[in-house]
Amino acid sequence: MIEVVDLEKSFGTLKVLNGININIEKGERVVVVGPSGSGKSTFLRCLNCMEDPTGGKVIFEGTNIADMKVDINIHRRHIGMVFQQFNLFNNKTVIDNIMLAPVYVAKQERRKAIRKNICIKIKNVFSKEKQELLPVRAVAEIKKEAYENAMQLLNRIGLEDKAKAYPSTLSGGQKQRIAIVRSLAMNPKVILFDEPTSALDPEMVGEVLDVIKELADSGMTMVIVTHEMGFAREVATRVIFMDGGKILEEAPPQEFFGNPKHERLRDFLSKVL
Amino acid sequence: MDFMSKIEKFIEVFIEYKGYTRVLTGLQNTVIIAVTGLIIGIVIGTLIAAVRVMPKYKTLPRVLNGICTFYVGLFRGTPMVVQLLLAYYVILPLLGIKIAALNVCIMVFGLNSGAYVSEIMRSGIMSVDPGQMEAGRAVGLSFPVVMMKIVVPQAVKNILPTLGNEFIVLIKETSVVSFVGAADLYVAFNYIGTNSYEFMVPYLVMALIYIVLVVFITLLIRVMERSLRKSDRSR
Repeated sequence: MIEVVDLEKSFGTLKVLNGININIEKGERVVVVGPSGSGKSTFLRCLNCMEDPTGGKVIFEGTNIADMKVDINIHRRHIGMVFQQFNLFNNKTVIDNIMLAPVYVAKQERRKAIRKNICIKIKNVFSKEKQELLPVRAVAEIKKEAYENAMQLLNRIGLEDKAKAYPSTLSGGQKQRIAIVRSLAMNPKVILFDEPTSALDPEMVGEVLDVIKELADSGMTMVIVTHEMGFAREVATRVIFMDGGKILEEAPPQEFFGNPKHERLRDFLSKVL
Repeated sequence: MDFMSKIEKFIEVFIEYKGYTRVLTGLQNTVIIAVTGLIIGIVIGTLIAAVRVMPKYKTLPRVLNGICTFYVGLFRGTPMVVQLLLAYYVILPLLGIKIAALNVCIMVFGLNSGAYVSEIMRSGIMSVDPGQMEAGRAVGLSFPVVMMKIVVPQAVKNILPTLGNEFIVLIKETSVVSFVGAADLYVAFNYIGTNSYEFMVPYLVMALIYIVLVVFITLLIRVMERSLRKSDRSR
């Protein structure tokens, strides 16, 4: 699903990623761990080109999205992202946060269909073979569908009573759960988690991890950067250890935690476990 | 001549010689120029600010950024009076276009305030958490869409007091439009003064009207601010 080839990223003279190769298959749950400054967040942000790679390729479903000529926005709709700082839209209510992108995209497609229909009508005047007009959905219908979908998602995390609340009135755990369903509202094929629990109070970590676990059980493809080793062991199908901008070890969780091969990884695990 | 008789003279010209119609027209023009100027200024200013905070990898944003920097430099570098005079007596006659003085004033005020609002807006946009832009881009919305739907509304909330300040400055700056022959409050009261051979009371009343206008605007802005703060935690 995502194939990363010789990925490199430097900020000025500082080289953060130093040739990363990995192939993430559909349904996999890849957890990335490593000491701070190892480039794991940068790696994650390169997967949807939030940071533009300075070298190499990121191939998402057959398209190299690291290419600047590709319209990245279309591909990002299929790649959800959850941030450490939640980043809910502060000027929108919870329900609007979830509905914003789906409604916008559906409206954009509606406008495109209307434009194409005009061309088809003009063509139909001149040619004998009449072409069918494209279906145009009503705006109200688009909104209703998005609203119902959003309420269903909120229901799933038990926060439907917060639909009309603004993000500033919510707790960190609630914000992060809403941020997760916001990315789900676009029906993404893969979700990237950038340290989803690092900015939370300890007592709220559990509720967010539960949502992620439930998502994992539903078969969603995920890439997770985290410091929660217990969670990594439980949810991952593959664990990756990064240091110095390189992947030093990758293995299934039992092998990764039970029998670490790399010297650096053994050192790291002895400190965090 | 004592003060009471001066007031009587003012009232005589104000009412019996229909001085009030001129004052009303002047007031109307002052408000029209300031309000329309501010609206044009906000539109231009927002566009310029958006261009200036755009990521600049490609050529087009760089060229646009250059143009905007030039524009802002030009309009902030010259006084409003000079811009008015240049527009009305130099640029428009050279182009052979005839426009009413009032419309020229609205245009110049709009362009001028655009330059100032762009800097206000830029500081507002930069005060919004960059995570908001990231989150918007991550769900696949384009830079302009996130800017308009997420970042600018939050920026406006932060800069509303400063924007109100700009509006007040504009209201008061309108007193220079008489340089190109547009009728504003100053022109109206000057007319009353010359007709009654007495300037003390007309100018005092003029100052009073400006103060009332500005106080009214200040209150208006405070109400707007309060309604925009509804997404904040109640304090």
